[in-house]
Amino acid sequence: MKVVRGFYSVAYSVRLCRPDVICAYPITPQTEIVERLAEMYANGELGNCEYVTAESEFGAASILVGASATGARTFTATCSQGLILMSEVLWNASGMRLPIVLVNANRSLSAPLSIWNDHQDSMAMRDAGIIQVYAESNQEVHDMIPQAYKVAEDRRVMLPFMVCMDGYKLTHAYEPVDLLDQEIVDGFLPAYDPPVKLTTKKPLTFGSYATPDCYMEFRVAMHDAMDRARKVMDNVFQEWAEVSGRDWGGHISNGEEAETCVIAMGSLAGLVRNVVEELRKEGKSVSFIKLRTFRPFPAEELRKALTGASKVIVFERSLSLGSEPPVTLDVKSAIQKMGIDVYSVVVGLGGRDVPRELVKSTIQEVLEDRVKPGLHFKAKQFEEVIP
Amino acid sequence: MKLFGSGHGACPGCGLPIAVKNVLEGVGPCFVANSTGCLEIISSQYGKSAWGVPYIHSVFENAAAVAAGIEVALKALRRTDEGPIVVFAGDGATADIGIGPLSGMFDRGHNVLYVCLDNEAYQNTGNQQSGLTPSGCYTTTTPAGKIMAGKQGQKKDMVAFALAHKLPYVATASVAFPRDIKRKAKRAIEFKGPKYIQIHSPCVTGWGLNGKQAIPVARLAVETGLYPLVEYENGELVRVKKVKERKPVEEYLKQQKRFRHLFKHPKGHEVVEELQKIADGNALKFGLDI
Repeated sequence: MKVVRGFYSVAYSVRLCRPDVICAYPITPQTEIVERLAEMYANGELGNCEYVTAESEFGAASILVGASATGARTFTATCSQGLILMSEVLWNASGMRLPIVLVNANRSLSAPLSIWNDHQDSMAMRDAGIIQVYAESNQEVHDMIPQAYKVAEDRRVMLPFMVCMDGYKLTHAYEPVDLLDQEIVDGFLPAYDPPVKLTTKKPLTFGSYATPDCYMEFRVAMHDAMDRARKVMDNVFQEWAEVSGRDWGGHISNGEEAETCVIAMGSLAGLVRNVVEELRKEGKSVSFIKLRTFRPFPAEELRKALTGASKVIVFERSLSLGSEPPVTLDVKSAIQKMGIDVYSVVVGLGGRDVPRELVKSTIQEVLEDRVKPGLHFKAKQFEEVIP
Repeated sequence: MKLFGSGHGACPGCGLPIAVKNVLEGVGPCFVANSTGCLEIISSQYGKSAWGVPYIHSVFENAAAVAAGIEVALKALRRTDEGPIVVFAGDGATADIGIGPLSGMFDRGHNVLYVCLDNEAYQNTGNQQSGLTPSGCYTTTTPAGKIMAGKQGQKKDMVAFALAHKLPYVATASVAFPRDIKRKAKRAIEFKGPKYIQIHSPCVTGWGLNGKQAIPVARLAVETGLYPLVEYENGELVRVKKVKERKPVEEYLKQQKRFRHLFKHPKGHEVVEELQKIADGNALKFGLDI
């Protein structure tokens, strides 16, 4: 066990996965991840790996498309504006079924400019065909990287995998992390063996355009791959628990059944779980559900976990302007006809602190029926900004 | 299988297949990264690929970066002996939307031959102006109207752009001189690092030509001095295609619908004079005249 920052827990784990090509562009609060990898590269600690400094996140993602199609195991890290700048290429990468692994150090989107944490950036990539898992701690991030490669490179899946970690809250945090041994990762994660690749020995065409008679089948095939990823991920999560001795649960991680269930993702999970435990000790029928996988969305698991519940609170770190926030929408879709009231509580946008008292009072309000189901913003009184 | 097979969907008279075939014959089996555009659309339909080399198309503006990714992957995987890496990208993909990734690829020094197929507008989408559209040219986004006489501003100097990145090999070529294309491509890959070749390639629909006119018109671009064929090695101008009895630019312009308005429009004369000045400047700069 070593006390390290989030950056290092990522970089160290990436190194153990023996990537062939790492390419990134600096952006706060991700930068130190690629700085640590650059250090390892400069010191010859990355084997044959090529480390490329791109001219933009758009370039970084594009370089990884070329590298991944050639058969390389690839890695990048980004966030916020960088992720959005990559988005054209990432949609393309998933369509070409390239198992690129990236870490997103979750950060808000401009405007107004904010370098601080929320989930609006990764949520904007919701429909891109990229697997998304949210980590609660730096140990979980550290453990997730080898699992991400194993899932992404599985022939039943072959899709990009984005590990989401809260910017600052995790990236900059010092936490004790049990750094993995190379042998454990080597035993768990085989070398990447692409089903097809760019090679002059067997020339293939990548990135064809599709006429209306076949485009739809390609896209539906991606949807099917996401579906298959659920099972593949379940197996990989289980295998990881056996290999590492750390069981992070499945797509969701939940406690006992209760009348009121509270859902949160990422670094907020620890606090919410703790508050829920306190309320349970006070005799309240309340339970916590940590949502780990956001894509593919674990609807079945949620339905099971919410059997017997009459209320569910979703702590949202994102918005869908003009509709309900993204996690709320998926939760509602998963539990339709179960007769459960949904309380969507938006907190902590743009790095706003989410204090313990706020979490506790929010849950208490719901338990005591002092608020109605629906959308609630935990923000100050706000006025339209246009004069 | 041929490196670039027949059965592609190019228009009769299109310069692109001539350019591509000759580049590929010059370099041999290689990796190709292609931007979105005419070439991609005529050659890469699902199930009907014309490519006999490993080929990848990602998005419009990233072919240079994708090629860079292939290069580093081959290095990391110890497969550099598999062949050179070639980019084919249109003028818009090169000089406009993809200029950032292009500069990045040049700057990092990837061992990639970048070929810009210059048909002087976004022809795949029906002739909209690009940074490489010449002055005064009619396009659908720079139409000739009562007050405007086609494109404002000059054709972007991508040769200077490439030279500013200290590339070891920079050249221009034309589909009117296919053997020259092949020789230049072959020569280019003898240099390590990024190489840039810009090939002038008529678009029969966008330029308003019939298929038979395409090559003679491309030749006239060279013979008027408007499209000088130059070759730089390590920053030095080493070869120039000399022009015997250089022709006035009108001869080139009059054959193409895209310039025809210049001979009726009140501002047309001024633009033709401007284009003649550009040709004269090229002749002086590169010593074109014999």
